[in-house]
Amino acid sequence: MDKFVTHTGTAIPLRRSNVDTDQIIPAVYLKRVTKSGFEDGLFAAWRNDPEFVLNQPQYKDATILVAGADFGTGSSREHAVWALQNYGFKAVISSRFADIFRGNSLKGGLLTVILPQESVEKIWAAIEAEPTTAVTVDLEARSVRLGSEVYPFELDDYTRWRLMEGLDDIGLTLKNIDSVTAYENARPSFKPKTLPARS
Amino acid sequence: MSKTLAEKIWADHVVRSAQGEPDLIYIDLHLIHEVTSAQAFDGLRLAQRQVRRPDLTIATEDHNTPTLNINLPIADPVSKLQVDTLRQNCAEFGVRIHSLGDAEQGIVHVVGPQLGLTQPGMTIVCGDSHTSTHGAFGALAFGIGTSEVEHVLATQTLPLVRPKTMAINVDGVLPDGVTAKDVILAIIAKIGTGGGQGYVIEYRGSAIRALSMEGRMTICNMSIEAGARAGLIAPDEKTFEYVRTKPHAPQGADWDAALAYWKTLTTDEDAKFDVEIFIKAEELAPFVTWGTNPGQGLPLSASVPNPADIADLEERGAAERALSYMGLEAGLPLRSIKVDTIFLGSCTNGRIEDLRAAADILKGRKKADSVRMLVVPGSARVRLQAEQEGLDKVFIDFGAEWRNAGCSMCLGMNPDQLAVGERSASTSNRNFEGRQGKGGRTHLVSPLVAAATAIRGTLSSPADL
Repeated sequence: MDKFVTHTGTAIPLRRSNVDTDQIIPAVYLKRVTKSGFEDGLFAAWRNDPEFVLNQPQYKDATILVAGADFGTGSSREHAVWALQNYGFKAVISSRFADIFRGNSLKGGLLTVILPQESVEKIWAAIEAEPTTAVTVDLEARSVRLGSEVYPFELDDYTRWRLMEGLDDIGLTLKNIDSVTAYENARPSFKPKTLPARS
Repeated sequence: MSKTLAEKIWADHVVRSAQGEPDLIYIDLHLIHEVTSAQAFDGLRLAQRQVRRPDLTIATEDHNTPTLNINLPIADPVSKLQVDTLRQNCAEFGVRIHSLGDAEQGIVHVVGPQLGLTQPGMTIVCGDSHTSTHGAFGALAFGIGTSEVEHVLATQTLPLVRPKTMAINVDGVLPDGVTAKDVILAIIAKIGTGGGQGYVIEYRGSAIRALSMEGRMTICNMSIEAGARAGLIAPDEKTFEYVRTKPHAPQGADWDAALAYWKTLTTDEDAKFDVEIFIKAEELAPFVTWGTNPGQGLPLSASVPNPADIADLEERGAAERALSYMGLEAGLPLRSIKVDTIFLGSCTNGRIEDLRAAADILKGRKKADSVRMLVVPGSARVRLQAEQEGLDKVFIDFGAEWRNAGCSMCLGMNPDQLAVGERSASTSNRNFEGRQGKGGRTHLVSPLVAAATAIRGTLSSPADL
């Protein structure tokens, strides 16, 4: 996983709330067995509309998505994170994210930033007035900056450290694998096993 | 200190806890399917890691499998690639798999309980958000992403932040014709699609206790539609009896030990929930959705809402977009909405009791000429059971299509899809734009409403017949 310390780019306003993962990437686009190439399915249904914000040339190179509340609801598909990353997004800003999507994004290195809805509205207004506005998402300082405006955000120390170091969760857990073995040795025998199969 | 049920299960599964870090939680059962596992197995292979506990892992094929001609090779080459990849991965890593054509194949959340692998007090995960279904047994069960699937395969654990707790109390007696599906749709309409975010919901109260295990699974299944990653119900005699007869139920002394433990799995009387919600069962009615998220629902007797009446600007905008997508006018009585397709199935309502309830209404009647009806059992085992009871004949005589098991039209990954503009009454769990097929329009309903709608051709309840 790439380290995430700070990122500066342009941002795109997605003025919709309750954007579910079926909208981020419809199920028919999930049929790959790799983690790449999902950008073609990103917001596939909405991209048929020439007016849709992703089709507007002034936002073509945006790397930060600024969305309405409850972004990423519904299906647990991590393909939603991959589709956003494959398309080129490095961060998503919203006032509220669905739990599973948020977990997936922070494991995969797509920074999801929670700001109050009024800050989201201010950023929308700024990037709609001037799409070339440089937006900085600074994980080290835990803030989003546009010109002189600074919007602090919260992220727990552990997740921040893991993202800034680009660390793999599995590697971290394997360092403590002895405690897993100890737990397993004490598990009750009545817990079910899938093998040998009974039916 | 007194604890809620979810807190007890959590405490029993903490492998490691350290200040400022998520808890490391042990996973008792890992369910796998073809759509969210391929990249996880690939990750293991790249890092030269093994599956730590194949004996706590089980796979089935459900999301994109066809429900017709299952004896033939899968026609869609990309679906075939995913299924073949799953089979190869299971063979390589020693994971038990139930493939298309096997009597235990089916939707992963129907298969776990029917094999008796879902038991009280367990932690259960799957790369599918409807894993919350298993909470009906008093298990802590939730959906995970593919990175987490890889993590569980490699370590049988997950680093997790402890969720907050919410109690939803449904007390009283449900009126006739009101089912578990109506209860959960009413709950989601009340608390919203984000209302449960960050919480584990415990469903409590006399109306919940009175539900069958199938009904409880329907309720827990849709917890995620209210934003909650997990929902659960304390186990009781009904739960123990359901598990007792299943293939993987504990045997002999193990049964006694398990039962003694399961009986401790209740929320302590003086335990505090972070949030409590109260609902009166008597006030509930058959519920249907009119919009494009599961929170946009109303009693069947209501009319399509007028967005102008909604004070919250965000919600008003969402309602306007939903009505435009759904092709509905404000003020139209919900009962007058004509549908084209009825879908009876899914991990929400594809179990034997759901098929029985619908068949009971359809028996001796004919479907409306203007509709098609798909009946898709939740598992091959459910299909066999239904055929033993003659339910297949009821559906076929009625004019419905009797299909093989899978997720099917719930998410339209296989050929079972709505066409552009086609309208469904569906017993599934999501009415998102395009969910059942590009441009398709979904109304979420109970199996009873699905059956009555198939007879009349417009959204209806059995009371309208």
